Amino acid sequence: MYNAITRSQLFVLDQDEALDFYVNKLGLEVSADLDLGFMRWLTVCVPGDPAREILLEKPGPPALDDVTAAQVRELVSKGAMGGWLCITTDDAQATFETLKNRGVDITDEPSPKPYGIDFGIRDPFGNAIRIGQMF
Amino acid sequence: MARSVIDDNRRMLRARDAMDRDFALPLDLAKLASVAAVSEAHFIRSFKATFGETPHRYLQRRRIERAMYLLRTTDRSVTDICMEVGFSSLGTFSRTFTAIVGESPSQFRVHGPAPHAPTSFVPSCFVKAWARPSSFREAS
Repeated sequence: MYNAITRSQLFVLDQDEALDFYVNKLGLEVSADLDLGFMRWLTVCVPGDPAREILLEKPGPPALDDVTAAQVRELVSKGAMGGWLCITTDDAQATFETLKNRGVDITDEPSPKPYGIDFGIRDPFGNAIRIGQMF
Repeated sequence: MARSVIDDNRRMLRARDAMDRDFALPLDLAKLASVAAVSEAHFIRSFKATFGETPHRYLQRRRIERAMYLLRTTDRSVTDICMEVGFSSLGTFSRTFTAIVGESPSQFRVHGPAPHAPTSFVPSCFVKAWARPSSFREAS
């Protein structure tokens, strides 16, 4: 019936800042960055893997009314919007060192779990990202 | 106005993340307020407004959640676990644990309710967020 989940979405509070974080700090690549007039369609993907894109959407009118957009921004900033990514890597420790040197917000350092070695970070807005070297 | 709520939320989240990460360390209000880069008075008030419970309760219950996890998944002694999760006194740990969980650490280890399904595949941040005994709905 289905083949794959190809796109999902995260709310970000500033798309220029999001682009800088997701590409220059986290190391993803821009898959699309288009001015559609009514919105900026900004997606990122793991380098070389455009089959799975994350839309970095800025909450605001006309898609959301001002009051709702403000509520979304507040929820994102307290980590309650539910935006979450889980990314795999071949070397969690090396990736951690790279991100730490780039000044990324670390929520927990690499440690062994039953499922692999992983660590957590947040984007500048409050969304949670886990990066794991899975067994 | 809205900008400052968002900025403040993000600061509080950074301090909450520090509690989730560094619960084993002697975290005090001065340290946490400095992580959030706000005054201690502002920190207590704002943390509660943001997350619905005081930073003290949040940290206390993070430590108890970790203790429950270690009691369940290891055979380490209660004293070891008490120190591991950031308590410095076994008496305080046992009293706090019993008050929150409803049974002592050693009773919990033997009798406490087990998860309905294995959790070993679940990313640890979800376990920590969902298995923490919160102080919501409690009398303050």
